Amino acid sequence: MSLTTQVESYMPLLEVDDLSVSFNTPDGIVKAVRHVSFSVEAGKTLGIVGESGSGKSVSTQTIMGLTRGATITGQARFEGTDLFSLKPKALQAVRGPQIAMIFQDPLSSLHPFYKVGWQIVEMIRAHDKSFSKASARTRAIELLALVGIPQPARRVDDYPHQFSGGMRQRAMIAMAMALNPKLLIADEPTTALDVTVQAQVLEVMAKLQQEFGTAIIMITHDLGVIADIADNVVVMYAGRTVEKAGQEELFYRNHHPYTEGLLLSLPGYGDDRERLRPIQGQPPSLINLPTGCSYHPRCPYVMDVCLTQEPPLREIPAADPHVSACWLPTDPAERLRERERLIERTTGSFHRAGGAA
Amino acid sequence: MSALPMESPVARPVGDVLVSLTDVVKHFPIKSSALGRSGKEVVHAVDGVTLEIRQGETLGLVGETGCGKSTLARCVTRLFDITSGKIEFEGNDISKLNRKAMRPFRRDIQMIFQDPYGSLNPRRRVGSIIGDPLAIHGISSGVERKRAVQETMELVGLNPEHFNRFPAEFSGGQRQRIGVARALVLRPKLIVCDEPVSALDVSIQAQIINLLDDLQDELGLTYLFIAHDLSVVRHVSDRVAVMYLGQIIEEAPGAGLYNRSRHPYSRALLSAVPVPDPASARTRERIILVGDVPSPIDPPHGCRFHPRCPKAAQQCVDEEPQLIPRFNDPSDHIARCHFPVADGEDLAHAKPTLAAAERIVPEPGALDTGSTT
Repeated sequence: MSLTTQVESYMPLLEVDDLSVSFNTPDGIVKAVRHVSFSVEAGKTLGIVGESGSGKSVSTQTIMGLTRGATITGQARFEGTDLFSLKPKALQAVRGPQIAMIFQDPLSSLHPFYKVGWQIVEMIRAHDKSFSKASARTRAIELLALVGIPQPARRVDDYPHQFSGGMRQRAMIAMAMALNPKLLIADEPTTALDVTVQAQVLEVMAKLQQEFGTAIIMITHDLGVIADIADNVVVMYAGRTVEKAGQEELFYRNHHPYTEGLLLSLPGYGDDRERLRPIQGQPPSLINLPTGCSYHPRCPYVMDVCLTQEPPLREIPAADPHVSACWLPTDPAERLRERERLIERTTGSFHRAGGAA
Repeated sequence: MSALPMESPVARPVGDVLVSLTDVVKHFPIKSSALGRSGKEVVHAVDGVTLEIRQGETLGLVGETGCGKSTLARCVTRLFDITSGKIEFEGNDISKLNRKAMRPFRRDIQMIFQDPYGSLNPRRRVGSIIGDPLAIHGISSGVERKRAVQETMELVGLNPEHFNRFPAEFSGGQRQRIGVARALVLRPKLIVCDEPVSALDVSIQAQIINLLDDLQDELGLTYLFIAHDLSVVRHVSDRVAVMYLGQIIEEAPGAGLYNRSRHPYSRALLSAVPVPDPASARTRERIILVGDVPSPIDPPHGCRFHPRCPKAAQQCVDEEPQLIPRFNDPSDHIARCHFPVADGEDLAHAKPTLAAAERIVPEPGALDTGSTT
């Protein structure tokens, strides 16, 4: 690809290049991530969508050095430095102050024995020795106020169990933002929360991004969240990137049948109760992947070539960079004709039970 | 209060009242502990719910965590004894029946649970899990039971030959089909679905929703469908009831609720749902509620939503609103609010007239000033 030639004019904050991650298990080698590349620019939000087991969490955890025992190939360059070649101590200086991460379950990410404020103070002082205990505490109160915790001066001395779910997640965001990182990786941060609380948390994240210019990687399975906050989107399936595009391009002019299938399977909001159109079948086993395109057993447009050859990421003509790993024609009009022809051929061969493999 | 007429416009033919709840209350006592709580305090999980579910319809029940929707479901299936009130099934009062007297009704009322991993015993074969209800009720045996089980497996889209497999050999979506088959094997009249698709991936979720839809058409089932995902509930339900802190605060036919919700809480809940469409995500009105749901141990006076309501006034503290039709709504659209939201009203910029002391107020400067050092 032409990445190297572009570096001078355009340098993303984080650049993941041809990342593969696999785990050795008693059942065989799990290929969790295969040849994934993406990049994030300062102040922008990258959404990574996919179902369970698509490799979306593993790829970001690997960037943070959290996948022990995995076989990793490829590169992750943060401001030009390859994170995988860093010594533990040098990595420590990046992880936290430069790249922070928040997780799905805020209760298990906060230590139940220690006060919330203490945990934030500890985090600040571990990375920045110039803070005294008192000044770190003042900073912790400011941070809690910033993420909208009521009466922060009092709540700073609460234990995690005294916080509600939404407050805990906001406390986690406060902790992640404590050192003013350049990149925030949010791994399903709102999945465990109610929609009203989710709206509060997303608003806090958007405000913080506006104020500090933090780049965000938002990992989610919820296309609604993506429509809300992402600038660019990566769609992952069975460990691979299947499509990568700007937000509107992905929602309105997507190329890959999996992206299309995900959007079609959602219940329409506010419209009638017409039948849902699910994707047939199940996601594949990562130990024993299908030949050719890993989506072919579920794809309504499957062609002969899909069974034998894995499609590369090809450029789709669009205003912004848009790539898709599908053998369908890249020209929109031609693709539409081809899809119709293929659908005609398969009509009737799928039925409701579908999934029983 | 909520005696609903039958002429409500719904998609499916709807019959007589199958289940009716009258003023159902479920309180959980808090045991006295080292913290020195008195034994008299109770959690008001369900506090006076009156509802009717008619033959052949789907009633959706939505609300946030802790609003009492799952407790209500477990009261309907009599997994919990209710504190007071009355539950009638086909006209028979089942709220005070003992275990033995309840048993014939259990055949007609079944339940599907959220977690397809936790709700199936991993050490038992799928065939015997699905056949359990038959065994318990002493229906059929041997070859006949096996045939009944395999028929049901086929009905839910499972391969009947997988009769002897263990749950671990199935994926999440297929496990949920096993859960559906177990609920169906007795051919019940009412199925209470407690978050049946929340634990599933989007693409699998649609498969299960379609399955439930087909089964309803084929077998004339009645569903009480509980979920926190409002777009799923909208899709499956004929009528939707919204719960907040143990009470129903609004109830309406699906379209009525989603297009003309009257209660500020329903409006806020709907506006918080992320829409998978960037264009409408940018333009739509969004109401961000302040604070969290108050404690159900000591719910607020008057209207329970008043500490968070963007329209709260003094009347909301003094007087509990009734669950009745507002404006010119049809009699099957009822809301519990003194100041219902009119069509086209802008709630995002509403200012409550109630004194701040009675409300949850956002910290001055939170988010807006963004102090940094």
